[in-house]
Amino acid sequence: MSGIGAMFAAAFGLGVLAWWLGRRKALAFVAAPGGDRIGAVHSLPQYHGAFVAILALLPALVVLAFWGLAGNGLVAAEVLAGLPEGTRPQPGLDQAAFLSEVRGLVRGDYAAAFNPVAEGAAKAWVAVERRYAILFGVAALAVGLMGALWGWTRLRPDFRARSRVERLVMGLLILASLVATLTTFGIVLSLIFESFRFFQMVPITEFLFGLNWSPQTAIRADQVGSSGAFGAVPLFWGTVFIGAIIAMIVAIPLGLMTAIYLTQYSAAGFRKVAKPVLEVLAGVPTVVYGFFAALTVAPAVRDFALSIGISDASSESALAAGMVMGVMIIPFVSSMADDALAAVPASMRDGSLAMGATPSETIRKVLIPAALPGIVGGVLLAVSRAIGETMIVVMAAGMAANLTANPFNSVTTVTAQIVALLTGDQEFDSAKTLSAFALGLVLFLVTLALNIFALSVVKKYREAYD
Amino acid sequence: MNQMSMDVGTALGSSEAVADAAPKMTARNVAVSYGATQALRGVSIDVSTENVTAFIGPSGCGKSTFLRCLNRMNDTVASARVTGEIQLDGKDIYAPDMDVVQLRARVGMVFQKPNPFPKSIYENVAYGPRIHGLARSKADLDGVVEQSLRRAGLWDEVKDRLADSGTALSGGQQQRLCIARAIAVNPEVILMDEPASALDPIATAKIEELIDELRGKYAIVIVTHNMQQAARVSQKTAFFHLGSLVEYGDTREIFTNPREPRTKDYITGRYG
Amino acid sequence: MTERLATGAPTAWGSDAMQNRIRRRYRQERLFRGLGIAALALAGGFLLFLLTTIVASGWNSFRATEVQMAVTFDPARLGVDAAAAKADPNLLAKANFQGIMGDASDAQFGRGVRIVSDGAWLTLRDMAQADPSILGTTQTVWLLTTSNIDQLAKGAFDLTIDAADLPVTATEIALWKRLNSEGKLRTGLNALFLTGADSVDPELAGIWGALKGSFLMLIITLVISFPLGVLSAIYLEEFAAKNRWTDIIEVSINNLAAVPSIIFGLLGLAVFLNTLNMPRSAPIVGGLTLALMTFPVIVIASRAAIKAVPPSIRDAALGIGASPVQVVFHHVIPLALPGMLTGTILGMARALGETAPLLMIGMRAFLTSVPQGFTQPATALPVQIFIWSDNVSRGFVEKTSGAIIVLLLFLLLINGLAIYLRNKFEVRW
Repeated sequence: MSGIGAMFAAAFGLGVLAWWLGRRKALAFVAAPGGDRIGAVHSLPQYHGAFVAILALLPALVVLAFWGLAGNGLVAAEVLAGLPEGTRPQPGLDQAAFLSEVRGLVRGDYAAAFNPVAEGAAKAWVAVERRYAILFGVAALAVGLMGALWGWTRLRPDFRARSRVERLVMGLLILASLVATLTTFGIVLSLIFESFRFFQMVPITEFLFGLNWSPQTAIRADQVGSSGAFGAVPLFWGTVFIGAIIAMIVAIPLGLMTAIYLTQYSAAGFRKVAKPVLEVLAGVPTVVYGFFAALTVAPAVRDFALSIGISDASSESALAAGMVMGVMIIPFVSSMADDALAAVPASMRDGSLAMGATPSETIRKVLIPAALPGIVGGVLLAVSRAIGETMIVVMAAGMAANLTANPFNSVTTVTAQIVALLTGDQEFDSAKTLSAFALGLVLFLVTLALNIFALSVVKKYREAYD
Repeated sequence: MNQMSMDVGTALGSSEAVADAAPKMTARNVAVSYGATQALRGVSIDVSTENVTAFIGPSGCGKSTFLRCLNRMNDTVASARVTGEIQLDGKDIYAPDMDVVQLRARVGMVFQKPNPFPKSIYENVAYGPRIHGLARSKADLDGVVEQSLRRAGLWDEVKDRLADSGTALSGGQQQRLCIARAIAVNPEVILMDEPASALDPIATAKIEELIDELRGKYAIVIVTHNMQQAARVSQKTAFFHLGSLVEYGDTREIFTNPREPRTKDYITGRYG
Repeated sequence: MTERLATGAPTAWGSDAMQNRIRRRYRQERLFRGLGIAALALAGGFLLFLLTTIVASGWNSFRATEVQMAVTFDPARLGVDAAAAKADPNLLAKANFQGIMGDASDAQFGRGVRIVSDGAWLTLRDMAQADPSILGTTQTVWLLTTSNIDQLAKGAFDLTIDAADLPVTATEIALWKRLNSEGKLRTGLNALFLTGADSVDPELAGIWGALKGSFLMLIITLVISFPLGVLSAIYLEEFAAKNRWTDIIEVSINNLAAVPSIIFGLLGLAVFLNTLNMPRSAPIVGGLTLALMTFPVIVIASRAAIKAVPPSIRDAALGIGASPVQVVFHHVIPLALPGMLTGTILGMARALGETAPLLMIGMRAFLTSVPQGFTQPATALPVQIFIWSDNVSRGFVEKTSGAIIVLLLFLLLINGLAIYLRNKFEVRW
C-alpha cells in the first residue's frame, strides 16, 4: 500500500482548498450590498466553506478507503492470474502462505524467497500495486474535484449550508456510536464462526462435558476429533477454582472490611489518603501481579505446603495465582461495597444507633443485610472480572489441566489455555487453534451473563432505596 | 382571638398536666453548635414521666437538634458540639463514664420518617432485645415482641404475618412498628421527632392515641410543628424560636394564655 | 422480662450480668474495628511488599558492570587497511572487532573464559570510528561484562552456599575476586538498558524497543478511540432518541467495558489478522485492538462529563438562537472537555498496562531492533516484561523488575497527569 498516506494527505489538502473557495464565495455574498443584514445570508461563510470541503473530501475518502481495504485483494488476484500456468498455488492454505511470503518480500521482511515463484511474483506485485495506486489516486482526485465543483455552484445567499453541515455532523455522531455495536457483533460473529468450525471437528457435548484436556495430541489434521482431548471441564473447574473461589475468599473479606472501615469508622482525612492508595492496587498492570505471583508468592506457597507435609505441592499452584488475583480484586470489591453501603439510607443507621446498638452491631445486623443485594451484585461483577483475568494465571497457575481441589496443585484456566493455544506455532485451521475461539465464546457468554445479571441486581437494589 | 386559636382551644386534650413527682430528665443551659454555626443556646427544661412534653416552633428553630441531644444522637455528626448539662435520673449523660449504648437503650427514639429495618416484622422488634440481651429464651423473646406490638397497637394487624418484611407495611403501620421497636428495649424515655409528619390523618390519629396510652409508662417527648397535635397529645409544651427556648409550661397555659408575644404570634399563625 | 415490660420496672442496667454483657459487646466492637484496620493494613502491606520487592530486585538493572582491559587494535586482525580506514572510517563498519576483543580476553582472562559481554565489541567499533588513529595501538578500555560477572559485582549471589548450586562457575568467582581487588571493575549507569532492544544476553537487553512499540500503539489507540468515544458520547447524551436502537447501542457499550481483555485479542486476531490480512506483530494492529477496548471506557467517562454540564447552559444558548449542534460544540464540549480528557487518559493508562490481547495478535516476537514504524514488527513494554519473566537467569529477573519499574513510573506519570487535569480544570456545578 505504498503511498496511501500521501494520498490521504492530498485528499485533505483538496478539502482545505475547497473550504477556502467556498468560504470566499460566501464572503462575497456578505460583502454585496445589503448582505450584512441579518438573514440576508442564511449561514456563516465558514459553513459554506465546510459544505464544499465535505463534498470534496467525502467521495475522495470513500475511494481511498476502498483502495485501502480491498486493494490487497485486487492486487493479489491480478498477481495470481499473471503467474504462469502450473506454478500457480492451489487456492486455500497454499495460496495464503504464498501470498504472505510475497507480501513479506515486498515489505522487505525477508531478505530472500524460499519459493522461487514468489520472487517473480513480488516484482509483479510491486508493479501491479503501483498501477492500481495511480488509478485510485487519480479517481479519488477526480471525484473530489467534481464534488467540490458541484457544491461550489450551489452556494447562494439563501443556501442553508449550516443545516447541511450539521446533518452530516449528526451522521458522523451516529456512525461513531455504531462502532460499539459493530464491535460487539464483531466479537460475537467471529467467536461463533470459528467455534462453529471447531464444533464440526469436535462434538460440542464432548467440549462442554469431557473431563480430559490435552489439545497437543491433535496437532495434525488427520488426528482431529474423537480422541477425547478437548474436554474443557478441567479448564472450567480451574477457572472457577482460582477466580471464583480462592480469589473471592481473599477479596470479599478484605474488600468488604476495608470498605466498612473507610466508610463507617475512619476520619475523613485518613479516608482521603487511604482510598487512592487502595486504588493503586487496581492500577498495577496484571503482568506485574503475574510476575510477582510467579517469582515471590508461588515459591513461598510451595515451601509452606512442603513444610506442612504436602509432598505433591507444585511450584505453580492454584493458591498462589488465586491469592494474588484476590488482592488485585480488593479495590474493586471495596468500591462496590462502598457504593452499596452508601445507598442504605442514613435513617436505618440512625434507627439502629438510637436503640443503643454499637456501630459494629449496626453494621453487621442492619447495614450489611440491607446492602446485601448491592454487595452480591458487586461480588458477581468481581467474579466476572476475575475469571476473565489472563496474565496472572498464565504466569502463575500453570498449564496442567488437572481436575483437583487441592489448592497447592497446578490447575489451568480458560484464559491461560487461550494464550497457550494461540501463541507459538499455529496453523489456523487446526482444531487446536480453533478450540481457543470456542473457549473464548464460553468465556464471553459467561462474563456477559454475569455482568447483565449483576448489573440488574445492583440497579434494582439502587431503585429500592431511591 | 381569631379562628385559629379557637380551633386549638377546642382541640386541647381533656387531660390536664399533673404535678411532676421528680423530673426524669433535666437540661440546664444546653447549647449546640455545628462547626461555626450556633444551632441552639441556653435551653433549660425538665421532662417527666407523668406528662407528655411537646416541642413546637417553626422549622429550623432547634427543637429537633435539642431532641437529638437527649440521647446523644448528635454524636454521629462529627462537627456537632454540645455544652451545658443534661441529666438522666440525676446523672450527666455527657459525662465521660456515661455509656452511650446504655443511654440510648434507656432513651429510645422514633424518627420523622418511619425507618423499619429491611427485615421481618418480628426481627424488627426483636432486634433491640437481642442486642441488649433482654430476653433469656425464645419464648421470652416472643413474649417481648408480642407485648411491644400490643403496646404499639399493631398486634392485631400483624400477628398473622410476623414473618413479612417490615417495609411492606403501610406508612402508619411502619411508624407504629418503629414505636414497638423502641418499646421492646424497655426504655425509660421515648423521644419522637415529628412522628406523624409523613402520615395521613387516620394514621396520625392512631399514633396520637398511642402516645396518650403510653403516657405515665414512659417519659415522652414529641417534636411537632403541628400545633393542634401538640395541643391534643401533650400536657407540657416548649416553644422554640431561632435556636432558643422562648417559653415552657403547661400546654393549656401556652395555648390559651401565652406569656411571650412571640409565642402568641406563632400560635395565632402570624408566622411559622 | 415480659412481666417487667408489663409492669414498667426499668431494666437493671447496673446488674453484673448486664455490665458483663456490655463489656463483651464493646470487646466485639473493638475486634470488628480492628478487623477493618487489619484488612486495610493487609492490602496496603501487600502493595508495599510488591513495590519494595520489585524495586529491590529491579533498581540494579539501571546499573551495569564494566571491566578494564587492554585491547590491541591490530589492523591485520581487524581485516582492514589502516591507511584507508583512517581516510574513511566507514570501512570499519564490517571490521572484525569481535576478533580483537576475543584475543584480548583470551590473553588476559584465560582461553574460553567469558568475562566480557559478546556485545561489547560495539564499544570498540565506535571508538575506532570516532578516532581511527588508534588503529595499530593498544588501548586501555572499559568493556561491558557478562551478566554473571555483573551479578557477582552487584552481590546478587550468596557466595556462602555450595558453589555447585550457583549459576556461576568457580573460575568466574575467582576471576571476579581478582579483578575486584585489582580495581579493574566498575559499575555505572546502564545506558543500554534504556536505549536498546531485546537480546539473548541479559546484559545487552534494553527496553527502548518495547517502550517505543508501546508508544506507537498508544498513538493509534488515542487517535482512534478518543474521537470515536467522544462523538458517541455526544450522540448518546445529547441527540439520541429513546428507542430500541439507542438501547442496543447503550447495552453494547456498557457490556464492552466489562468484556475480558483477552476477548478483544481474539477479535483482533480473527478480524485484523485473519480477515483483513494486516501485518502480524505490528503496532497498528495492537493499537486498533486496544482502541476497541479503550473506546467504551472513554464513552462512559465522556457521558458522565457531559451529564455534569447543567441544562441551564444549553437553555441559554438555545435561547439566543444557536442550533442544537452549535450548542453542543460551542458550549457543552468545551465545558465537558476536562472530564473527557481525564477519562481518556485513564483509558490510555489501562491500555498501556494491557498484555493479554497483544499476545493474541503476535506481539510477543523476539525483536533485537527498535521498531521504526506502525507496520513493523514490534512488542510492547508489558509484553516484554512477560517474555523476560519466563527467563529464570538472574540477569533477566533483574531486567524484568527494571522494566516493571519503568512501566510503573509511566503509569504514575499518566495517572498523575489525569489527577492534575481533574483538579485544575474540572468545574463543580
